[in-house]
Amino acid sequence: MLNPNEKINIREILKDLDKYKPKRYGWTFRKKLPKHKIGICEYYEVSDMLKNSIPLPASRQMDYIDPQPDITITVEIASGRFEDDIRRMRMAAWHGADHIMVIRTLGQSHFDGLIEGTPEGVGGIPITRKQIRATRKALDLIEEEVGREINLHSYVSGIAGPEIAVLFAEEGVNGAHQDPQYNILYRNINPIRSFVDAGVSKKIMSAFNMIQIDGAHNANATAKYGFKVMPELLVQHAINSLFSIKVGMKKDYIALSTVPPDASPFPSLRLDIPYANILRKVFKGFRFRAQMNTKYVESCTREATVNHALNALISRLTSADIQSTITPDEGRNVPWHYNSIHAINTAKQTLIAADGIKNVLKIRDDEEEKKREREILERAILFLEEIIEVGGYFNALEKGFFVDSGFYPERVGDGIKRPHDKGDEANTVVKREKDYLAPVCHHFGYNNLPKGLNKPCDLIDGCTFCKREKIVYIDELDPEDNVDVRLKHNEIYDKEGMFKPEVQWKNDGIILVSMFLPISKEKAPYAAIEIGKKLGLLNVEVIHQQVLHPAEGSYIEIKGEVPFFIKESEIKVPEKIVPLKDEEIVEEIKRRGGIKCVAATLGEDEHNVGLKEIIDIKHGGLEKWGFQVTYLGTSVPPEKVINAAIEVGANVVLASTTVTHGNVHKLNLKKLNDVAIEKGVREKLIIIGGGTQLSQDTYKEVGIDGTFGRGTKGIEVASFIIRKLREKDKK
Amino acid sequence: MVREDDYEKRREHLKNMSEEELIDYFWQLTEKIVNPLYELSYTHTSPSIERSVLLRMGFSSIEAKKLVKHLIDNSLLGHGAGRIVLLYSELKKKNYIEAGKELADGIGWDEILDYYRRNKDVESE
Repeated sequence: MLNPNEKINIREILKDLDKYKPKRYGWTFRKKLPKHKIGICEYYEVSDMLKNSIPLPASRQMDYIDPQPDITITVEIASGRFEDDIRRMRMAAWHGADHIMVIRTLGQSHFDGLIEGTPEGVGGIPITRKQIRATRKALDLIEEEVGREINLHSYVSGIAGPEIAVLFAEEGVNGAHQDPQYNILYRNINPIRSFVDAGVSKKIMSAFNMIQIDGAHNANATAKYGFKVMPELLVQHAINSLFSIKVGMKKDYIALSTVPPDASPFPSLRLDIPYANILRKVFKGFRFRAQMNTKYVESCTREATVNHALNALISRLTSADIQSTITPDEGRNVPWHYNSIHAINTAKQTLIAADGIKNVLKIRDDEEEKKREREILERAILFLEEIIEVGGYFNALEKGFFVDSGFYPERVGDGIKRPHDKGDEANTVVKREKDYLAPVCHHFGYNNLPKGLNKPCDLIDGCTFCKREKIVYIDELDPEDNVDVRLKHNEIYDKEGMFKPEVQWKNDGIILVSMFLPISKEKAPYAAIEIGKKLGLLNVEVIHQQVLHPAEGSYIEIKGEVPFFIKESEIKVPEKIVPLKDEEIVEEIKRRGGIKCVAATLGEDEHNVGLKEIIDIKHGGLEKWGFQVTYLGTSVPPEKVINAAIEVGANVVLASTTVTHGNVHKLNLKKLNDVAIEKGVREKLIIIGGGTQLSQDTYKEVGIDGTFGRGTKGIEVASFIIRKLREKDKK
Repeated sequence: MVREDDYEKRREHLKNMSEEELIDYFWQLTEKIVNPLYELSYTHTSPSIERSVLLRMGFSSIEAKKLVKHLIDNSLLGHGAGRIVLLYSELKKKNYIEAGKELADGIGWDEILDYYRRNKDVESE
């Protein structure tokens, strides 16, 4: 069992791994609940709440509710060190991810066989038995902590697909990408080899109820203009889906990987919705894994986030079983911890915002809309006709039919050409002989098994699928490149309680600094690097530049490495003041014959939500205990506030200030103090400031009695007032 | 190939089909493309497929890799790794894991080849 107040112990996860058996096998979807209320609103498309979770920030004003959409949410995690990824998976689960997609290390597709041990990866993880088993074991604990099944997912592709399918089946991996077309087009693996292997891989996956995700979305990422590839996307989905069904996969476990192909400034919603719609009509009964667009992700995380929110909106307007997420920093670096969380929240936020949207909004089904949909389908049909015309799939591939930038039947001539006898592992496939035999379960294809067997593996007294103890677990092969060496390196610092900030690996030290530089766009990035160096950062790199005006300046984000460690035990946290009991406050107010307060937002400040929460009885504010509060309104000058306090004979002044430019918040609070002194009432008054940008200590700078920041509760202010009055009595 | 968009010309025969008919036709065409791919997959094998069989039989990935290399070098892949391991285990009256480990270490291949020379017509297609 994990303790929410303690870090996950990686050493504990790695212990006795050789004996670990996954808790369950196969994919789990979220269960859609009937319409019901969560907090004060009714929800139409949600699943069970989590036992432990972190809600969206705005939920602070909605009693911290955290409704979970009925759609599975995917997060891709790919740092190259699984031990660090496990920590991120836990954070992701708390934010609402239940599909963890582990990206493979660069080049694993071309690795002939299984990799063993825990070597470090590049841009992903080397998928090995130990790494997958440790991850599944950690997820088995994390899913108990959050109270929802978590699906682990990776890739059954490359030239070792069937072996990886076996590994995944044995280790309880719940889903995988499997699409021979992906191998061929993007990994240049021999076409014949890819399809021959795919039969065996898919059969194993289906035997263990793994969900399959296809690779069609990649055509979108590589095409010149997103929308032009729509007809081909239908063709690629169809080839992989039908092949899978023929091998024995159930429709329910075949998920089409579909991306809204476009992004703004194309009129993307109008272009992409008809496509999403016709796709769902043609592929009725299949599952839909809606992916966020990667093609148009630049280095601006804000832009990516908006596109991704719109993508998730299309999922709600049409349908989706799985909403995959792309981190908003995909266009600038490998995904960082907090950007994975941002991506999950973009999905959750949008799906919940659009909960039940089809009850108020419908996609039109008139002639014009049908015409758009029909055109995409007709173009796809013409594509299929031409594949047959040239003699089938392999010939079409050889002629560069796929990933051409033209809107089929238009052809630009830049398609990927893959001859059937070329590519990695060409000429490695052989025909099965008459006596071909595979004495194991869930094997696809011709198999000359003797008659009368209950199971194919009766011949060997059980295969690993039937007798788990037959699996051969290899721990490590490389004495240098393994998790133990990496953990030891950091344990020296752990022991001392030392840490650095991190974005992906423990103690990587990387931080992000954002700035506006009022100089030319050419010089701005170099100036930013200079600033980073002067701040003492190492390996400074510009990861984003946005020109705000060619002459006025640029917005820049740099990343750099912090060279020092911080000792956790030396970090001082201001002591939390324990609030008084309700009865004690009520009694004291009675004893004093009432306590009068005046309250206002100061200066030119219209933000009164926070102040109202502190004073209003309905928000559990000061009125609740019997404080008499005179609310003066918004944008009240300091003089007026003090005058009003004198007029009503108040003991307490509550001044709220949110606007901060030119330090106006501090100046106004200081003025309040000055005016009170001028008027000779300072000693009689308790002056309190509140606002999001104030800290517990700001009062010292401005001369008032106390300041309260973000998230303050009425009870804290009430207790403060009573204690201050008692102090004054003593004096 | 470079081609202007001739969609309007090409779609003549589709023009009068209903959406349902189009969807049916879409899948019929796909079936024609997929059937030979399925057939190919059903009747063929590959080094990875055979290693996947050996893994399921209880061999390590390292043993599987070595064993399949010998299968390829001796042009025996088409019989299947499982068939060859069981055959050798029968010939040597050894438990199949031990037999497989010997084969992985390069022992016994002459006996297998000899067996197929003797039974050529019976066992091979």
